[in-house]
Amino acid sequence: MSFPLLTATAALPALGAVATAAVPAARRTAAKWLALLVSLATLVLAALVAVRFEPGGDRYQLTESHAWIKDFGVRYELGVDGIGVALIALTALLIPFIVLAGWHDADPQETGSKRWRPTQGFFALILAVEAMVILSFEATDVFLFYIFFEAMLIPMYFLIGGFGDRAHEHGEETASTQRSYAAVKFLLYNLAGGLIMLAAVIGLYVVAGSFSLQEIAEARANGSLQMAATTERWLFLGFFFAFAVKAPLWPLHTWLPNAMGEATAPVAVLITAVVDKVGTFAMLRFCLGLFPEASKWATPVILVLALVSIVYGALLAVGQRDIKRLVAYASISHFGFIVMGIFAMTSQGQSGATLYMVNHGISTAALMLVAGFLISRRGSRLIADYGGVQKVAPVLAGTFLIGGLATLSLPGLAPFVSEFLVLVGTFARYPVIGIIATVGIVLAALYTLVLYQRTMTGPVRPEVSRMPDLRARELAVVAPLIALLILLGVFPKPLTDIVNPAVEHTMSDVQQKDPQPEVEAAK
Amino acid sequence: MSAPAVHSLWTTAADPISKIDAPKIEYGQLSPTLIVIGAAVVGVLVEAFVPRRSRYYVQVFVSVVALAAAFAAVVALAAGGYGTTRAHIAAMGAVAVDGPALFLQGTILLAALLGVFTFAERRLDPEAHGNRVDSFAAQAASVPGSDSEKAAVRAGFTTTEVFPLLLFAVGGMLIFPAANDLLTLFVALEVFSLPLYLLCAVARRKRLMSQEAAVKYFLLGAFASAFTLFGIALLYGYAGSVSYARIAQVVDGSVQNVDPALAGTMGNDALLLVGAALTVMGLLFKVGAVPFHMWTPDVYQGAPTPVTGFMAAATKVAAFGALLRLLYVVLPGLRWDWRPVMWAVAVVTMLGGAIVAITQTDIKRLLAYSSIAHAGFILAGVIATSAEGISSVLFYLGAYSFVTIGAFAVVTLVRDAGGEATHLSKWAGLGRRSPLVAAVFAVFLLAFAGIPLTSGFAGKFAVFKAAAQGGAGALVVVGVIASAVAAFFYIRVIVLMFFSEPRPEGPTVAVPSPLTMTAIAVGVAVTVVLGVAPQYFLDLAGQASVFVR
Repeated sequence: MSFPLLTATAALPALGAVATAAVPAARRTAAKWLALLVSLATLVLAALVAVRFEPGGDRYQLTESHAWIKDFGVRYELGVDGIGVALIALTALLIPFIVLAGWHDADPQETGSKRWRPTQGFFALILAVEAMVILSFEATDVFLFYIFFEAMLIPMYFLIGGFGDRAHEHGEETASTQRSYAAVKFLLYNLAGGLIMLAAVIGLYVVAGSFSLQEIAEARANGSLQMAATTERWLFLGFFFAFAVKAPLWPLHTWLPNAMGEATAPVAVLITAVVDKVGTFAMLRFCLGLFPEASKWATPVILVLALVSIVYGALLAVGQRDIKRLVAYASISHFGFIVMGIFAMTSQGQSGATLYMVNHGISTAALMLVAGFLISRRGSRLIADYGGVQKVAPVLAGTFLIGGLATLSLPGLAPFVSEFLVLVGTFARYPVIGIIATVGIVLAALYTLVLYQRTMTGPVRPEVSRMPDLRARELAVVAPLIALLILLGVFPKPLTDIVNPAVEHTMSDVQQKDPQPEVEAAK
Repeated sequence: MSAPAVHSLWTTAADPISKIDAPKIEYGQLSPTLIVIGAAVVGVLVEAFVPRRSRYYVQVFVSVVALAAAFAAVVALAAGGYGTTRAHIAAMGAVAVDGPALFLQGTILLAALLGVFTFAERRLDPEAHGNRVDSFAAQAASVPGSDSEKAAVRAGFTTTEVFPLLLFAVGGMLIFPAANDLLTLFVALEVFSLPLYLLCAVARRKRLMSQEAAVKYFLLGAFASAFTLFGIALLYGYAGSVSYARIAQVVDGSVQNVDPALAGTMGNDALLLVGAALTVMGLLFKVGAVPFHMWTPDVYQGAPTPVTGFMAAATKVAAFGALLRLLYVVLPGLRWDWRPVMWAVAVVTMLGGAIVAITQTDIKRLLAYSSIAHAGFILAGVIATSAEGISSVLFYLGAYSFVTIGAFAVVTLVRDAGGEATHLSKWAGLGRRSPLVAAVFAVFLLAFAGIPLTSGFAGKFAVFKAAAQGGAGALVVVGVIASAVAAFFYIRVIVLMFFSEPRPEGPTVAVPSPLTMTAIAVGVAVTVVLGVAPQYFLDLAGQASVFVR
């Protein structure tokens, strides 16, 4: 039996979480280093997964399969396709930066009980989330996926509710109330989505008699499984609802600005760049893979919802006064692009959507983490409290600008490639929707540049005049992310090579071919 | 094997003495119950003859040994194949020895064992007059606030009667899901109910509330018992027998050798429908299903917390066992009539319990309403009317009872000057003061909420899957909606414990003796194991899912 690489990639952070949580209260720093080391080791394993993965090979590779709960028909089945590899790599890549950026976020403020160990808890929870996210990217059994999809809410919930920005314009009392409000809202939205999905998961089992993606695909191919159209649509809706909450898609998005606003910047990155990707990933793998007919049936409505997300998210981002909420609304707009790319049902659209997930993760991480450094210096999240920072802290301002430019998809930076692909892919099939979606790009330029202008340029405000520039630790977080943005912007080939074959599989799931250009058809 | 009906016993009794055969009692197969009831009798003698000083130790010893021995007997019977191939009806048709009975008896015995541990806890309250005290009144008979009560406290009396009372209740509960005729069912119902009424009344603190709870429980319970009894009488009138098998035959219309004297009334559907409804009503009362749930919050809140935990777990197991047997063995021919009704009951129970729980401010009342919602989830499995339905209900009951006992055991630990601090506002910031206790309680709450990787999820999935396969898809949808609502208030407690600032005058967490710690640790362990690796126990429940007729 070969080495269970996929299990190891998830088990390492899980064990790391337990070990980190067990570090004694006084050895805070040790816990931080432990968490960092574990996350780096996980990155090595994830890199190994990417290396061992053969883009031209089987659809699911590095598979593992063990009996688990026979009575429920559940198997412990893991396997990755190119999309999974890309997202596992993204997750493993971002976690060390999140750990490093949150280095001081959970230092205890007041001494509670001797057993109260917030620091250990913070880093243990981050690693726990990492383990569950990786497992949900790997699971090829619907039930197994569902378990981690739901279970990851709990550590996430504690991360949002338990840790906030040190300084807050309304005092600690209000901050604490708003935090727990945001955490509860996050949990209830996602739990409700998940429970609706549970009904659909059970329904799927009743209809298909199996949870295994491969078995269901085989049964469908040889005709032994035939779903009635109505059943398939209901099941699709049950799954899609959960993923649309997670992604989040308008109008189920309202938890995200609260959660990202109240959480610390690294946790906000964890939400939007890592956890939410499970939603869009699952749309590709489960909605399209399990319910191809229903997916096509629902496409028009979903595309409109995605379009609304793009425009509405961008418009609200323009109107935000709070830096973190601005990034949150920008993310909603970007998730709209991702969903649009997935349901455009073209290979460019879906490749673009997958690249978009990765690039959005990196660019949002860069922007949000720099924003977090900025906020921690001034103790305010309001845009109006800043001004002229670029004269005082040029490196900080410069990295913030690059993060912002990546968010607005400037050519030369990674998100441009993916956004372009999504738009081209959508335009090929739905030209009107593709054209309207470009409004999102214009608005993105508006909110990013106005944000930069208001905070970084102009006369130096007295409160920011003594603001220190980025420290070595902070630079170590930002610099690699920016390097990656540039690298993937000019040379996205390694990523597309992995992703494209997987997208072809998904396209064949829904039995769609790319529309041929009309000129060619005329010949 | 056909069991003689009661009326035929009477007619043979009129015959000459020589014709009476000695009843055949399978003592070995009834040994779990016999051991427990025997130990209860021993417990009564201990109360009478053992000096006050050593009574506590002797009682705890007797109870633990008896329950462990009874559990061993259940395991031995199951290993001997009585749960599957050798399942049959013992004691002249009165008691079934089959898979569901043995599974539920095992569950009840383990729950009772943990219950005894929490009953025996004497380290939570500070010593009164140099004597260690437990959760029970010094002298149950003394009027609250009276001189005799003060004298009893000063003298350091303890109510060690609770142990034999618990054993009697357990004895009744063991018979209840195994009862195979309606009279045995009723006797078992009374045998386990009466000790519980008493146990509810003997709280050391908040005695008036405790007594109020007992009176409410007793009055409503007496009503329910009366309904059940009336239903039994009507069913007897319908079928001419109280034996389950015989009634089932009459319902199916496959009865032979009809007694001409009874043929006139037999087969009257009005008697059957009303009788079945009243009997089932009595069981739904014990289960705590809406609209027969009114007693639950008051009793759960007023009873001494160890009693609440034991009662919440074991009564539910026993009552659902009896309900399953009644519906699956006696009334399967009537399922087109009872399924719609149970549908409605399940829906209102799930939604009612979950929605009303949102407004609760007392942790014990909250758990009471949560238990109502869970009764609804279990009913969804009952409605499946399939082998999967039975096994899922069995599994759910096993999972649920350990979570419940553990959760109530944690409640006993959080105390302030007035005893247990059950008001939710006092739990604010508990996670900062005692992270371990709060984390353990959070595990139990997450299990109640049915979060994956806890036993609650496995159980919920099992019953919903059975219900969906049984054609009750809509019920599953209602179930997940109720779960979402229920999640809200479980989460609210977690928010309170972890995200709220601790109050300066907040409660402290008592350090318990190894007894309560064992109960909690077992609860956590079972919750996690059944959540991560439930297959073995699902197999067990699956093998045990065939009723003997």
